[in-house]
Amino acid sequence: MIPMRSVLAIWCTWHERRLPPRLPLLVVALLGFCALCAPLLAPHSPVEGSLGQRLIPPLGMEGSTAEHVLGTDRLGRDTLSRLLYGAQISLAVSLVGILLTGVVGSCIGLLAGFWSTWVDTLCMRLVDISLSLPGILMAVLLSVVFKPSFTNVVIVVIFLLWPSYARLVRGETLSLKQQEFVALARVAGCSNLTIMCRHILPNLAPSILVLATLQVGFVIVLEASLSCIGVGIPPPTPSWGVMVADGRGLIEQAWWISILPGVAILVTVISLNILGDWVRDRLDPKLRQM
Amino acid sequence: MQRYLASRLLQAIVSMLVVSVVVFVLARLTGDPLEIMMPAEATKEDVALMRAYLGLDRPWTVQYWRFISRAVQGDFGRSVRFNRPALDVVIERYPATLELGGMAILVVLALGLPVGVYAAVRRGSVLDYLSRGVAALGQAVPPFWLGLVLVLLFGVTLRLLPTSGRGTPAHILLPGLTLGWFAVAGLMRLTRSAMLDVLGTEYIKLARIKGLPERQVIWKHALKNAALPIVTFAALLFVALLNGSIIVETVFGWPGLGLLIIEAVQYRDYPVVQTVVLCLSCMYISANLLVDVLYAYLNPKIRYAA
Repeated sequence: MIPMRSVLAIWCTWHERRLPPRLPLLVVALLGFCALCAPLLAPHSPVEGSLGQRLIPPLGMEGSTAEHVLGTDRLGRDTLSRLLYGAQISLAVSLVGILLTGVVGSCIGLLAGFWSTWVDTLCMRLVDISLSLPGILMAVLLSVVFKPSFTNVVIVVIFLLWPSYARLVRGETLSLKQQEFVALARVAGCSNLTIMCRHILPNLAPSILVLATLQVGFVIVLEASLSCIGVGIPPPTPSWGVMVADGRGLIEQAWWISILPGVAILVTVISLNILGDWVRDRLDPKLRQM
Repeated sequence: MQRYLASRLLQAIVSMLVVSVVVFVLARLTGDPLEIMMPAEATKEDVALMRAYLGLDRPWTVQYWRFISRAVQGDFGRSVRFNRPALDVVIERYPATLELGGMAILVVLALGLPVGVYAAVRRGSVLDYLSRGVAALGQAVPPFWLGLVLVLLFGVTLRLLPTSGRGTPAHILLPGLTLGWFAVAGLMRLTRSAMLDVLGTEYIKLARIKGLPERQVIWKHALKNAALPIVTFAALLFVALLNGSIIVETVFGWPGLGLLIIEAVQYRDYPVVQTVVLCLSCMYISANLLVDVLYAYLNPKIRYAA
């Protein structure tokens, strides 16, 4: 038996050191585990089903079988397996999308902030214009041109999110380059590139990280939304959004097909948002208003 | 102020031009509309004739110039699918989208404002915690999924409301609620924090000391002063609703602009896609412009910074 006192002590240090909130952390860790180990964990194939086992309800309902814990869809595919593989898609889209957006947006912001000349004007006008375009409409258009695919979703993510990175990084760079260590680096003979990459960029890292963690949830919802209206990840790939769309017409007979992936999205995004808030509070309390 | 207005207006016009170019180029990249339009037995000559008739054989720059100069005069070409002027098709669907947007705004104001005010006045009460929970949910619930949950609850289980289409007033309730949901959370939080700021001021204390009834203090004195950020949010809300309507209309089969554009994309109906995107972008950019101007009018700091 674990002594009560030590459990209490662990809880207290957790609280005092302001470690991340446990439940959301657990959920996200579980999600990562499911995504990485989906091939090992999934009891069935996510894309192949047997038509003889169509629309089996989840355990606990009449007509359920132990073989399909969360039931099957209209093609007899196992919902649990599809959910596990869906975690892979959500995680991949958000990681790749945010990483690329961060790189593109930060580079533009850094250039604009460092050279306050026509480069700055041009970049900031581009940001203004980007922000004034209706996002989903552009996403629909882009999706049609590049045909629904993973790459396409990532392009849409970059298109929609780069302005926020560019704005943030530009603002921070403007104030950083006034600092003395930049002047000293210049006196020491550093080139512009060295100053940007070795002296300014490391100081920007916390802000960029905060923005990135706050956006992960948004990207997951965006991917699911695009997939659901048929312009994101194409079926039969088991994206959570595709699964919701799959069950749309069957909501009367088989609610679990679309409701379960929605619950997965909901729990994941809430957990990620809480963790994002925690990262923000730890690294950059200035950004609290965002 | 005039300089700021002029620069903002210029930017809006440039944005509109960028939209038109992007829309034009992207729509041309989606594929050849003649493949879908022409019957299978059409000869090469027929196709060439049709191409020439529609102007699709000219260089892109010429096509664009033709498109933009006609668009300014209200001629957006003919819909490939309906064989009618594209603008007519779009105008026909406009009322449905506006109706849905209006309903969503009603939902947002009816739920967000009173709950936000109450949460600020009774800080720490059950409703305050509840509203914070709703706000956290509001950002995490995907709108298309919320729509399905509402359909399951009110349409399938309780059989109270119709689940798709448009017609009776009952048809609009579910899509309106789904579309408004996201913004309810935002308005609730904003109203709560704005009211909290105002409730701590001296003039509210004075109003209370004067012996005014609490209801009058809150709804007349406090809310009026907390209204500035809320007003600008309302304009931004309009912008957000335009974006959301595409998804919600698809889920509920609501015959508005959002559903129209998804259908038009499937049929490769160039003129309709262009017209919808241009009309919605125009509304979107105008709303953004309005927000900025309103902001500058209300907050002199922005005027002088520009």
